[in-house]
Amino acid sequence: MQIPAPFDYVRASSVDNALALLDRHGAESRVVAGGHSLLPMMKLRLARPDWLIDINDLFELDYLLIDGQTLRIGAMTRHTTLLESDDVQRLFPIITDAERVIADPIVRNRGTIGGSLCQADPAEDLSTVCHVLEAVAVVRGPAGERMLSMADFHRGPYETAVAQNELLIEVRVPIRAGSSSAYEKVERRVGDWAVAAAGASVTLDSAGAISQVAVGLTAVGLEQNVTEVEAVLVGQTPTEELFTEAGRLASLACDPLADQRGPIDYKRHLADELTRRVLRAACRRAAASASEITI
Amino acid sequence: MHINMTINGTDVTREIEPRVLLVHFIRDDLRLTGTHWGCDTSNCGTCVVLMDGQPVKSCTVLAAMADGHSITTVEGLANGTTLDPVQQGFMEEHGLQCGFCTPGMMLTARALLDHNPHPEPLEIREAISGQICRCTGYATIVRSIQWAAEHPVGTAETAATTEEEAVHA
Repeated sequence: MQIPAPFDYVRASSVDNALALLDRHGAESRVVAGGHSLLPMMKLRLARPDWLIDINDLFELDYLLIDGQTLRIGAMTRHTTLLESDDVQRLFPIITDAERVIADPIVRNRGTIGGSLCQADPAEDLSTVCHVLEAVAVVRGPAGERMLSMADFHRGPYETAVAQNELLIEVRVPIRAGSSSAYEKVERRVGDWAVAAAGASVTLDSAGAISQVAVGLTAVGLEQNVTEVEAVLVGQTPTEELFTEAGRLASLACDPLADQRGPIDYKRHLADELTRRVLRAACRRAAASASEITI
Repeated sequence: MHINMTINGTDVTREIEPRVLLVHFIRDDLRLTGTHWGCDTSNCGTCVVLMDGQPVKSCTVLAAMADGHSITTVEGLANGTTLDPVQQGFMEEHGLQCGFCTPGMMLTARALLDHNPHPEPLEIREAISGQICRCTGYATIVRSIQWAAEHPVGTAETAATTEEEAVHA
């Protein structure tokens, strides 16, 4: 039987209250949202907080808002909400693609985008998605709010820039005209972590050439985007040859470990193949949405 | 700590340790053993209960987190002696053999049908994809849920009565 070590539990009633509680209870307090990463770690005694601050009552952080050229996602937005949003599907199909394969439908009822990003698991899909979309993390603390690029937010496996007395409150995703995106994952079974996954975002100019591109990989030892791909693709009209070259560069850029999910050469093969597929899908979707606008 | 929640329509108040998981609270404190405790790692889904109508894995929710919420367990599915159509469907279509995964499967099915009364077989498979059956097989579970979709609330009593009459006849 897996039972967490003893702790004290308190429910936050607002963001300010959560920050005050974090401040009061100090280094041995942890925030719990959906709980589907933290509670398993506590059950295995890999995490032993003295205080658990439950932020599930912070409905003020559960929202999806289109604000000008930005999609604002509250940190307590559940995976299910993201998956079922038509706006998300239309603007950022990469999020819908990823949400469809994050954990399972029941876990998605509880898990939140904020929790996923703060857990920063190396196999976490939304970290890759947010890197690819050049999202900005809004973090609030006693000194006010700060905006962090994903490169600044995501420090490495299980590590983010969110300080002990701060809370991730929002994720802002820039909306770009002529842009689309895609995500694809290989997993052993529903609910398992990725063997490998890839995400891509592409912007096409009016002539159909790639004006902006980002490719990210999940679970293969690369925290940041595959920057090598940009130099090769920007300014070019999408072709199968270019996707092949991008796939090759992705397989070289990653640094996977051999584990029970597969050997290194298999994971590099997946980085290659999945990069091609997501670029192909993102370009196809971007072209399709451009033609819709023209009509 | 003090917690209060609605379980199958009844208000319950208990004093618990904050670390008690919802599944153990339901089974050990409330003695409602219909909710099963399986893998303990939120993989198998036999511990699924409805929290405010939504399926959750109760091995990965603290009882404290359910404070103030409404929980439905398998014991709350039937209305008196009238089975829920989902329960009836599992009988009609042989949706169980050993029965271990059944409570979680039936609660997920109930939530699915509340949300989407006429699901496609693929949607049913997607809904139960976080739950594991190791003996009956998914084909009959999917058929059981389809049966329930085709016989919404109000017809189960008739079916149960007919069967009872058949036994007596």
